[in-house]
Amino acid sequence: MASCPCHWTSGKINPHHLHNYPLCHTMIDLPHAILLQGERSSLDLSLPNGNAVDTSSPASSSSLLNRLQLDDDLDGETRDLFVTVDDPKKHVSTMETYITYRVSTKTTRTEFDLPEYSVRRRYQDFDWLRSKLEDSQPTHLIPPLPEKFVMKGVVDRFSEEFVETRRKALDKFLKRVADHPVLSFNEHFNVFLSAKDLNKRQGLALLSKMGESVKYVTGGYKLRARPIEFAAMGEYLDIFTQKLGTIDRIAQRIIKEQSEYLVELREYSPVYSSWASSEEELQEPLDGVAACMANCCSGLEELTEEMSEDFLPVLREYILYVESMKNVLKKRDQVQAEYETKLEAVAFREDRKTPVPTDVEKCQDRVECFNADLKADWDRWQNNKRQDFRQLLTGMADKNIQYYEKCLAAWESLIPLLQDKQEARADTN
Amino acid sequence: MMADTGSEDVAVIGNTDQTPSELQNNIKNTMVEKGGTLLKGLEISVAEAEKRTGKNAVSIQETYTVYLIETRAVDNVSEVANPTPDSLWRRYSEFEIFRNYLLVTYPFVVVPPLPEKRAEFVWHKLSADNMDPDFVERRRVGLENFLLRVASHPVLSNDKIFYSFLTQEQGWKEVVFETGFQAKADSRLKALNATFRVKNPDKRFAEMKHYGDELQSVISQLLRVRARVADRLYGVYKVHGNYGRVFSEWSAIEKEMGDGLQSAGHHMDAYAASIDDILEEEEHYADQLKEYLFYTEALRAVCRKHELCQFELEMAAQDLISKKQQREELATGTVRTFSLKGMTSKLFGQETPEQRETKLKTLETQIEEGEEMVKERTAECDEFVKNAWEDIERFREQKDRDLKEALISYAIMQISMCKKGIQVWNNAKECFSKM
Repeated sequence: MASCPCHWTSGKINPHHLHNYPLCHTMIDLPHAILLQGERSSLDLSLPNGNAVDTSSPASSSSLLNRLQLDDDLDGETRDLFVTVDDPKKHVSTMETYITYRVSTKTTRTEFDLPEYSVRRRYQDFDWLRSKLEDSQPTHLIPPLPEKFVMKGVVDRFSEEFVETRRKALDKFLKRVADHPVLSFNEHFNVFLSAKDLNKRQGLALLSKMGESVKYVTGGYKLRARPIEFAAMGEYLDIFTQKLGTIDRIAQRIIKEQSEYLVELREYSPVYSSWASSEEELQEPLDGVAACMANCCSGLEELTEEMSEDFLPVLREYILYVESMKNVLKKRDQVQAEYETKLEAVAFREDRKTPVPTDVEKCQDRVECFNADLKADWDRWQNNKRQDFRQLLTGMADKNIQYYEKCLAAWESLIPLLQDKQEARADTN
Repeated sequence: MMADTGSEDVAVIGNTDQTPSELQNNIKNTMVEKGGTLLKGLEISVAEAEKRTGKNAVSIQETYTVYLIETRAVDNVSEVANPTPDSLWRRYSEFEIFRNYLLVTYPFVVVPPLPEKRAEFVWHKLSADNMDPDFVERRRVGLENFLLRVASHPVLSNDKIFYSFLTQEQGWKEVVFETGFQAKADSRLKALNATFRVKNPDKRFAEMKHYGDELQSVISQLLRVRARVADRLYGVYKVHGNYGRVFSEWSAIEKEMGDGLQSAGHHMDAYAASIDDILEEEEHYADQLKEYLFYTEALRAVCRKHELCQFELEMAAQDLISKKQQREELATGTVRTFSLKGMTSKLFGQETPEQRETKLKTLETQIEEGEEMVKERTAECDEFVKNAWEDIERFREQKDRDLKEALISYAIMQISMCKKGIQVWNNAKECFSKM
């Protein structure tokens, strides 16, 4: 019996959910037919933490399925939650200085009281949200946040570039959560987006939801056999993160070499200008070359900056993403190990014909639920990864093309200047 | 040796009986009016380079490079060159000897420079080794350029030694040493390095010398910057090659993304490889700059020669004045200027009238000679100024033309490099978009 942490409101089924958890609704004894009306707190969730499952009104799953046959492609048309992070502002208080960002939400979901929200959040709020998501949705892949700690003195936390890079990453984070069929319905996410003052809510949330957080106790269970697909995931992640690391190093090296190239290139302009000042006929052409060089320099500067600000952070983000995914895989292994061990223990008592204790059943549920969630998230992650990297790499190509086009224009504009004078001389001769 | 030397138009040679200084004064007798220079009748090229080993002057085995000079007579009417060339081999040191001869024989000419003896302003990938084939090749081109410059010079092209250099395999060295230029070479070098003050230099020459110094400084700086820039640019391009390998490795674990990544990787490899040709082409621009860098030395030499001429004139004039003064003093018995002689004669008594008579007579002769000397030197100076300034003007026009051409081809090179970059990244972008 797979758990299905979704919210059911009257007549409205989350299509994302059904797409990802078909198993959910083929299981008969599920409480999902019970409709909730804005009653968020009494979660009708059969969480693997032991909450009782309400089996009072079983619904016919097949009829449900019939009603809910939907398209695969759910982007765009059916998106009902839009989130943006922008407008960074600096706050100075007696205790500290920090940046807040505006988080704007537009939604038609009834889980939200209002259709629009605009709140201000700081990094530690995002951090809070992420750990809440990790705790409450341990079977899912939670998108990463940009790095928390920044070495003071090395990086200026309040520089425009740093703030902008961070803002983009935070925006990406929220968008990924908003696009996730399960995470986007998480109540902490809702609170994050809607509460005026998160601090108070954080405190409350902490108190009331403590009991809910799932604890996977690592009882030192040993995993017998990892299913092939999850083993493959692990292998893939290992190699992938390695390659990402290499690409990161190469990109950094290129930026470094380009910066050093820029330093030397800058020397050209003043020398050509100085030469121009001692010439007559050649003065204009030489000044032209000096100006050209200066243009190329500024183009190169732009390229290096953009690669630093746009390219590297995304790479690093994915490396963090992979790290957290590996942790989720480990947790899955532990859950499976626990189940297998308990099952073995029961097998010993097989001969006594005692019914399988609910303990073992719960474990089995957990495993199957985890596996299903993980598989669905994996596919989504692979898809997003493909899009993200396509975008990232074409962006890199675009930046380089722009740089060369700028230089090309500069040099091409010089040619008529040089050739005219040549022709003019030929005429007078 | 050349066949078909019958036609007068082919080889333009100056009068071989004249001394170098007479040659200087007889430019009108040469065939400058023909517009022509040796090049009109003769095609010259330095076609090949080869390594040789042999024993040198002190019997030590050495390896050196020889260059093949080819000449083809051009038929005057059809203007088509004789297909089979005459040729001979020369080493760099022989070119040096020939150039020194030109420097001494034509001090009023801005003599074209030779390509550099040792590789300078080198960026790391290029070898500084004289035996390196790329260096040898560039030197071959430089030597050819030198010969063509001489052959197209209105004065130098008429030189008989030049013709010998191009055509006489055996005995050329003897011929050139016979001119006795080496002795003059030494005194010339001394004069160039001596410090002396000129009271009335021609302003134009002073300005030219200053310009030459500035040009030398600025081109040296440019060449240094270029070498450092080339180093860095090389690094940037080559690092991109690493993308090729990592994309390939990454594509192995991907399904749909694999092809796009793999092909993009190939384009990154192509990008990294393209820098070698780009920098090779840029060497050509560096060589053009170097030629003018070395030209500044020749320019300075001409300006210095003028100073020397002027100085000698001023010395002669000064000497004449002091001799005249002495005569006056002797004649009138008054000592106008302080002189040791005057003092001693005061201290130790006057001379006898006979002694005075002889002295006067000697002075008169000296004054006569001095006046001749001043006349001569003035004529020399004027002649030199006239000829030198003519050549300097010619040089200036040539420099403006050549450097403008060099800048144009440099710009064209940069444009080509940018276009290649755009193409490669567009190719990569296409691959990425198919990921």
